[in-house]
Amino acid sequence: MKHVINVLVENEFGVLSRIASLFSGRGFNIESLTVAETEDSSVSSMTIVTEGADHIIEQITKQLNKLINVIKVVELSEAVQMAREMVLLKFSINGGPKRVELLSLIEIYQGRVLELGPRSLIVEMTGERAKIEAALEVLGPFGIKEMSRTGLVALARECGK
Amino acid sequence: MRKLSGAQILLEVLQEQGVEVIFGYPGGAVINLYDHLPDYSCRHILVRHEQAAVHAADGYARATGKTGVALVTSGPGATNTVTGLATANMDSIPLVVFTGQVPTPLIGNDAFQEADIVGITRPCTKHNYLVKKIEDLERIVNEAFHIAGSGRPGPVLIDLPKDIIAGQWVKKKSVQPLLKGYNPTYAGHAGQIQRAMQVLFKARRPLFYVGGGVILANAASELTELACRLNMPVTTTLMGLGAFPEDDYLSLGMLGMHGTYRANMAVTGSDVLVAFGARFDDRVTGRIDKFAPDAKVIHVDIDPTSISKNVTVDIPIVGDLSDVLRKMLAVVKSSPEAAELCAAGHDEWLKKIANWRDQHRLSYEQDDVIKPQFVVEKISQLTRGQDPIISTEVGQNQMWAAQFFTFTRPRTWLTSGGLGTMGYGLPAAMGAQVAFPGRLVIDIAGDGSIQMNSQELATVVQYNLPVKVIILNNGYLGMVRQWQELFFAKHYSSTQMNHAPDFVKLAEAYGALGLRARTPAEVEPVLLQAFSHPGPVVVDVVVAAEENVYPMVPAGEAISNMLLV
Repeated sequence: MKHVINVLVENEFGVLSRIASLFSGRGFNIESLTVAETEDSSVSSMTIVTEGADHIIEQITKQLNKLINVIKVVELSEAVQMAREMVLLKFSINGGPKRVELLSLIEIYQGRVLELGPRSLIVEMTGERAKIEAALEVLGPFGIKEMSRTGLVALARECGK
Repeated sequence: MRKLSGAQILLEVLQEQGVEVIFGYPGGAVINLYDHLPDYSCRHILVRHEQAAVHAADGYARATGKTGVALVTSGPGATNTVTGLATANMDSIPLVVFTGQVPTPLIGNDAFQEADIVGITRPCTKHNYLVKKIEDLERIVNEAFHIAGSGRPGPVLIDLPKDIIAGQWVKKKSVQPLLKGYNPTYAGHAGQIQRAMQVLFKARRPLFYVGGGVILANAASELTELACRLNMPVTTTLMGLGAFPEDDYLSLGMLGMHGTYRANMAVTGSDVLVAFGARFDDRVTGRIDKFAPDAKVIHVDIDPTSISKNVTVDIPIVGDLSDVLRKMLAVVKSSPEAAELCAAGHDEWLKKIANWRDQHRLSYEQDDVIKPQFVVEKISQLTRGQDPIISTEVGQNQMWAAQFFTFTRPRTWLTSGGLGTMGYGLPAAMGAQVAFPGRLVIDIAGDGSIQMNSQELATVVQYNLPVKVIILNNGYLGMVRQWQELFFAKHYSSTQMNHAPDFVKLAEAYGALGLRARTPAEVEPVLLQAFSHPGPVVVDVVVAAEENVYPMVPAGEAISNMLLV
């Protein structure tokens, strides 16, 4: 089962490497990892998506907590997570009915066209992971030339907990 | 305010931290530090290899409970510390290790004697630092000592670029470090402790399983008091030897792969197992689903990651061992009736354990060649009452020392438990001897592992550290040979040490006393001569070549499934 873990760390060099080496050294799996500064520039936030049985996830959170530069570790259960992922897609497509069809599908998935050229198209799409997966399935047949995904970013919900 | 060099700031902080001795080896990147070193009270011991500097600091730390300090240069000096750091990290030993580094503008340029030691040692230290600005130096050194010695202790490395220690800055008044992400739990949860005690009071077949954490927390006397008040049988891990007096009738000796028959049978038959500062290592548990299969497990440890890592724990208690044990004793004292009932309630269990003891004691057959077990037993007998410190190398020598020496006090046993580092014993003994110049410090060694750091004989002679090295010389890498004998049809591939130096001459070449025992009758007089000699001694004891360590649990088997003699 997939788990989303939010980690607040001191914004110092080497911290990302400590986290990564903890996962690799102990044989834990990282599906995605995003990291950026928070509102406090001395603190960075990481969202890690990982997979494993409950006792593995418990070890992961404990081991993360044990790192000196880690300030806080929160495992976000599905019920409380507000999670989003962004993807940039490049299509190689000429004008014509196929392009019209593609543009209408992009609209359905609330994608935004960032660049429209005579033979290419760059699209931005944001959403829950399931939505991104669904969009990729539908848009795939149009020939995705390049793709860049952010991995998940997440926060705990405040309402309806 | 007067500015000081980085080197001076560092040495002043060491002085404030109460550092008495640094084990080190100079080099280009730390030459400025060495230039100032003689101006400070801190003693420097010049080792012959950087690995030994870290092991010596580690031996010093284990014997004293203080944080050990080592200092080496950049590049190869730094990389040579890795085995020492990993050894200390596995056994939770507080160290602060300083490495030189090329000047900050050269970092990343593949400069001469440059190594990314912070990157290399990240997984084998509790924490590490590269000092990038001189204004951070003082804070970092104070933080390092705080981190090394608190919580679950461990080694901390500080990488010091040459321009930082050569730079100038004003030293401030040291303040207590404040770390947002580091706040170990010391106080055990009273409710959990109460729950644990109620389960323990009702146990019919209880057992204490005691690890090195009890020694690290200086909680051996509390542990002993609790066990004695409740009449609890106690088994210790390799790291826990000395936490409970082995001459007490409640002691079952060591458990695990080379544990006693009664200890392993008692674990397997127990209904409540209380682990104190132990981590359910694979050499202790053997096959995990057969480990204490009927027991409720209570686990006390300061490190939450140790709990439920290998074995599911029923009642976890996170906290400092001495705090938790004191609270447990308070429960015992406040409920004298329950405690008395408990103490009297498992006589049958103790009888059963005594039975197991009588069925299979640790034993060996002494014939006309010297048996290694006999040597260790002799060392134990001849030093009784002298409060000796025993270090070991790794392999058969280590297991025989653990089995046949009777440990009665904490911090008298220095051995590389987790990492199993050959070459640990001599430098560790050296570190302990620096701390306690008047005590008898003995390295029980094998002919294989002593050769991994025998260069330190020069150091012990230079500083007249009267360490006694007792080599159980069987001409083999004995533990690997034992496995080859038992599991690889005696295919002794590369375990015969066909060529070893004459250890008596080796000792003499370094200026130490060299002695040899060839027959059982010679063992006692030679040992007595060694122990009464005022300087360092190497004793080459020619022992039975193919003696095995028993009992033995084959790797991956249930611990009740022992090969006996």
